[in-house]
Amino acid sequence: MENNQALHGALFKDLETVITEKKDQRDPLIEVLHSAQEIFGYLPAEVQKFVSEKLDIPLAQVYGVVTFYNFFSMKPRGKHVINVCTGTACYVKGAPRLIQMLKEELGIEMGETTEDKLFTLTSVRCVGACSLAPVIVIGDETYGRIDSRKKLKKIIDSYRE
Amino acid sequence: MSLKRTDVLLCCGSGCVSAGALKLKEKLLQEIVKRGLSDEINIIETGCMGPCDYGPVMMVYPEGVFYKKVALTDVEELVEEHFMKGRPIKRLMVQESEEVYPTKKEIPFYQLQEKVALKNCGLINPEKIEEYIATGGYEALGKVLTEMKPADVIQIIKDSGLRGRGGAGFPTAMKWKFVYDQKNDEKYVICNGDEGDPGAFMDRSLLEGDPHKILEGMMIAAYAVGAKKGFFYIRAEYPLAIKRIKIAIEQSKKYGFLGEAIFDSDFAFDAEVRTGAGAFVCGEETALIASLEGKRGHPVLKPPYPAISGLWNKPTLVNNVETLANLSAIIINGADWFSKMGTETSKGTKVFALTGDLNNTGLVEVPMGITLKDLIYKVGGGISEGKKFKAVQLGGPSGGCLMDEHLSVQIDYESLQQKGAMMGSGGVIVMDDSNCMVNVAKFFLEFSVEESCGKCTPCRVGLREMYLILDRITKGEGKPEDLDKLEKLGKTVKELSLCGLGQSAPNPVLSTIRYFRKEYEEHIFNKRCEAKVCPDLVHFLIDKDKCLGCGLCAQKCPAKCIIGSREEKYEIVQTDCVKCSTCVEVCPVNVIEKLSGQFDASPKQEFKKYADLYE
Repeated sequence: MENNQALHGALFKDLETVITEKKDQRDPLIEVLHSAQEIFGYLPAEVQKFVSEKLDIPLAQVYGVVTFYNFFSMKPRGKHVINVCTGTACYVKGAPRLIQMLKEELGIEMGETTEDKLFTLTSVRCVGACSLAPVIVIGDETYGRIDSRKKLKKIIDSYRE
Repeated sequence: MSLKRTDVLLCCGSGCVSAGALKLKEKLLQEIVKRGLSDEINIIETGCMGPCDYGPVMMVYPEGVFYKKVALTDVEELVEEHFMKGRPIKRLMVQESEEVYPTKKEIPFYQLQEKVALKNCGLINPEKIEEYIATGGYEALGKVLTEMKPADVIQIIKDSGLRGRGGAGFPTAMKWKFVYDQKNDEKYVICNGDEGDPGAFMDRSLLEGDPHKILEGMMIAAYAVGAKKGFFYIRAEYPLAIKRIKIAIEQSKKYGFLGEAIFDSDFAFDAEVRTGAGAFVCGEETALIASLEGKRGHPVLKPPYPAISGLWNKPTLVNNVETLANLSAIIINGADWFSKMGTETSKGTKVFALTGDLNNTGLVEVPMGITLKDLIYKVGGGISEGKKFKAVQLGGPSGGCLMDEHLSVQIDYESLQQKGAMMGSGGVIVMDDSNCMVNVAKFFLEFSVEESCGKCTPCRVGLREMYLILDRITKGEGKPEDLDKLEKLGKTVKELSLCGLGQSAPNPVLSTIRYFRKEYEEHIFNKRCEAKVCPDLVHFLIDKDKCLGCGLCAQKCPAKCIIGSREEKYEIVQTDCVKCSTCVEVCPVNVIEKLSGQFDASPKQEFKKYADLYE
């Protein structure tokens, strides 16, 4: 527990450094929230409160921004976030079926995280890799043309180690 | 940088990277080091070359040999045969019906293309400013700053006929003039890189493949309107684009293209990158500005236009990435050169992202005025797997679907609008006959419902109502009056919404009702989905005569609704079927069929079953 707190403290310190760096920019809220999400993995209430105090912006405004944009999450996410592209090209090429297969493979619904905290399943609006449809993005890796369960399973298993 | 005898241009656009381009680069480097060729062969990572279906692709200079689908296992042969012995490998070249196309200029995919915005994409290393300068980069900026007045720059752009490439097609020079006319010391230029249209990736490819060109374009625009500061607003989903633009900004600062007294003129400029956070509506300029100011991305009523009161209430010019990418070429080659391309009202070229059921998907740039037919069949190589063309969707969630009778339509802003579609940012999604148009309309509407910012009631509530009706239709619960209702609602939402999102969101529904009315009626009155897409309007049948009785389908069925035995053969209990298609996939002898229409358990069918038995 103590360890956890120390770790937590370190993360807040990181965030403070980022805020000091970006404070000179005009209206840096969204940029700061991006960094905060990178540091903490998500944006819990305490982080939003911290940002609100340091940037001197009402908490309501911070919360308003966090809930408006799809990219920000208030729930902790798994180690690997699987983003299924639901753009048009992917849709035409079978994204709904891909989502179905992923749900079955991971045993979770969209927006949920597996019990072992390894995977979170979400969708994304077009990643711009339309010619490879259907596409999933895990971390920085883009996987295209996933047209069979076997192919999908191989990709997921490579993260299971 | 030393000169080497061979340059290998390796496409590292998003398509080729996911097809394994980076691993290929590693392997190539290893092989080259192993054979002691490091001083002779250059491997250059470039932006998107276009034909994503061929990925990973590369070009080998000086010959300009174009290779497609290069696998890791091909590397040894490639280095040995081509790089060492000078014998290009035919097997890796593009081939179509026994014809071999060794270099880019012979490949059919490139035949009708005219590259202006994409000129350097795939030819230079986007992370090196020197390569951009070597292709004539920053020459236009120099010319503008040292030889032209802002009004002259606006005039050239006006004469060229350039219109905004982001969707609406507003004349670029007119937008500039509005900002130019404002007397204010503080003005801003924003590059709109919030490419949200699903199915469009030209802005991404431009930012990733030739970032300096966009930066140069922004500076030309800034000089013309009198702005000293620019912002790139780029989607968070495009991390590489963000990185490359940041690199470009750093490099041009070092070279003195950014900062004070650029080219010894009194023009000073600075640029900054801001990241989007996943809201489609932020592509709308007033919403984008709100987002840049760190707020929720709500659009506001126009006027006042951003040109008068935009970012931090200052005059602001918002231009799309592709618009900026055209500027340097117009300055260097002149307005006439540009306006010779295209049609009466739509000048120049347009970049399109070709996707869907096509043979050659990818990024293409063609002169305005090309017909849909040429774009789909000549450039796109026709429909894949020999299927039949059904529809083409242009303009994303704001655009519409056109059908085969429109194939001869020329692509320009007006013609498309007239037919109920729109240019949009240039996403072209081609669909074959396995697509259900009701479902496609529902897909787009679902997108718009989720992305509506919620500010205006017609958009927030109206779109949702439309979605519910469509959802009902796809479930076989459509009512005769539904089509009229959809059209009425659609028109209301279009007329009463504040911003472009609501004003155009009903388009996919209205255009599909206009051109595919029969298909809607099939769903509503006959409860059939001919494309066999809507799960509630299809059923599955096992051909018992051909069934092996292996039981694999029963074993894999998630609903446990397949019963039978080796002797009796297997049968689907229709009431329990969840229509997942698993049985069709696993059947080793392919005797399970997906049929259009709901399962009809009426005596007639039962009777037929027994009649068959007697035969």
